[in-house]
Amino acid sequence: MLLVQHLLNGLLAGAYYLLIALGLSLIFSLGGIVNLAHGAFYAIGAYLAVSIGASLGFSGAALLSPLLVGVLGVVIERLLFRRFYKADPTLSLLLTFGLAMVAEQALRMTFGAPPLSWSIPPGLRGQVFIGDFVYPRYRLLILSVAVACVAALWFLLQRTPFGRVVRAGVQNPDMVGALGISLEPYMAAIAFLGIGLAGLAGVMLAPIFTVHPAMGAEIITSAFVVVVIGGLGSFWGVVLAAVVVGLAKGLVTAVGYPQYSEAAIYLLMLLVLLLRPRGLFGERIQRFE
Amino acid sequence: MNESIDTRRRTLLAGASAAAAIGVPVLSRAQADIIRIGHLTPRTGFLGPLGEFAVQAADMAVAEINAAGGVSGRKIELLKEDSVNPQTASTKAERMIERDKVACIIGEISSASGLTISQVAERTRTLFINTGCNSDELRGKGCKKYMFHIESQNSMYVKTCGRSLLAQGLVKGKKWFSLTADYAFGHDLLRVAKRFMSANGGDFAADKLVPTDATDFSPLLLEIRNAKPDLVISNLAGNQITNFLKQYSEFGLSFPVAGFGFDTAVAWAAGRGNFMGTWPLVWHHLIDTPDSKRFVAEFSKRYSRPPENQAWGDYNAIKLTAQAMGETKSTDSTTLVEHFEKGAKFGLMKTREGYFRKSDHQMMHEMYTVQALPVAEIKNNYDIFRSSPPVPGPNESLDVIATTAEENECKMA
Repeated sequence: MLLVQHLLNGLLAGAYYLLIALGLSLIFSLGGIVNLAHGAFYAIGAYLAVSIGASLGFSGAALLSPLLVGVLGVVIERLLFRRFYKADPTLSLLLTFGLAMVAEQALRMTFGAPPLSWSIPPGLRGQVFIGDFVYPRYRLLILSVAVACVAALWFLLQRTPFGRVVRAGVQNPDMVGALGISLEPYMAAIAFLGIGLAGLAGVMLAPIFTVHPAMGAEIITSAFVVVVIGGLGSFWGVVLAAVVVGLAKGLVTAVGYPQYSEAAIYLLMLLVLLLRPRGLFGERIQRFE
Repeated sequence: MNESIDTRRRTLLAGASAAAAIGVPVLSRAQADIIRIGHLTPRTGFLGPLGEFAVQAADMAVAEINAAGGVSGRKIELLKEDSVNPQTASTKAERMIERDKVACIIGEISSASGLTISQVAERTRTLFINTGCNSDELRGKGCKKYMFHIESQNSMYVKTCGRSLLAQGLVKGKKWFSLTADYAFGHDLLRVAKRFMSANGGDFAADKLVPTDATDFSPLLLEIRNAKPDLVISNLAGNQITNFLKQYSEFGLSFPVAGFGFDTAVAWAAGRGNFMGTWPLVWHHLIDTPDSKRFVAEFSKRYSRPPENQAWGDYNAIKLTAQAMGETKSTDSTTLVEHFEKGAKFGLMKTREGYFRKSDHQMMHEMYTVQALPVAEIKNNYDIFRSSPPVPGPNESLDVIATTAEENECKMA
């Protein structure tokens, strides 16, 4: 019974990897930027949520904070990212690594190093009991938000003209350009979506995790593991990988070794890289071959 | 015009070469006016939040000492650095001692970095006062003649909180579910906690190690719920405790909670309604003594928030060092070590004075356990717990909560 609970819990835990990894994957797919600052945007989302939440409450924060983080993402994309789309990937790596450090220190200077206090709003507290299974209502909300994001993104990318251009841009930006379509506004929109998603993850996770300046660094590695396992540029790959990573952690914990649960996901990544370097659903993207 | 520039240049040159030739005397003359103290503590990373309080308190102590005329007329200058990790900590300690000629080094929170700093201090015969490393090992196998500890050792935390647990009937014949931070500090604490538990007739329902970078405690919470322990014990550290408390309350578990390693900042971050249980502290901002109240008022005025227990450690370490320098009329580390070893007493904002025990250089002083207040009684974001009276009690020797020689042997060179 406990095993089932752990597996289910692992599945649900995949939801928060998903919120971060989706944006990471989106930005990488289109611009080729490995965004090491993604965790920083997650942290900014959480800090904004606490600041906004003080006056507008949780729902106000949940709506505004991801929007603001998304706008910040567009600014960063316009000012910095776009200079690096055609450059050596090492340069954008350095850029985003630097950005992450600047953001972390800026948070420390603005809000202080000690963590901020922030809780689940009273209306969302409490647990759901199904037989012997118990789960907090708030985590079920996180799961629903993650599922909604996946559905919305899938629709946007697969069923709209916007998505068609983005997908074409992922495969062959030069061809898209030759067809007379400028990718610039699409890049900005993807930065808004991807980075806004990181902000949303910050809002959703702030009530159950610690809000502190280095919280971004804490989550970014796991998110990268998910993207690598899922396969770069693959939407469903990332979704599946988030679930697999969650399950792996749940399983390792269930058999009695919670201290190895973090190690387990790296082992999983290693296996995937050895057996299937493209990742589970990784597509062959011409310009990365 | 040309000539005058030339002359000036020559004078400059002569001055420079003279300074170079007598470089050492110039330095020592400069040192006659000021006393340099090196302050090393983690300011980034997972101990960074505590480090910020440490630095602010150290600044405040130095400002107060200098405003009152310094130490025998000499001003104190504080050199502050982020100790980052054990390697960097020892490199920076070495630089402070060899290049900047600091009189002593004060600070640190990570037990691993404390160990490397103490090695440099011992080699260079420089006083090091540890303000935040808890592990018993630093006072036992790793003890050093030039290292003193104002921070309490893990055993003192365990025995202080343990008294409260014994009084609540949560030890004898009870099952504990323990969570331990999977690194040096946690392992040391677990060892001490286990010793206390078995000596008092308790037993583990389970005993789990938790990676320091784990943020999601849900799998462990499911296990706790399934194991139905009599008490959940945290040997966790820093943000881990905040995460654990927030999620424990999220899952609505009702088993009593207690912990053996704790910092006030962790409780403040968990916030009202999430903070629960019984926890030990070396000092906290609600202690009802005139000195504590003055310190809390001054610190709050300066930094717009009350001081954390880590602030207490660094503030008092600097104050007592200055006091000892005044009493011995010396900044020489060896003289100060002898002074401390003779049992010099220091006011530590508590009801009784404290002193460094000669056998392992551990500060003997009062400690406290705090218990979370019910949400309805909480008036602000900081005063979220109530305190026990000082432990040990007024009629007990201060060392009853510390390790015995058998528990933690220290052999100093």
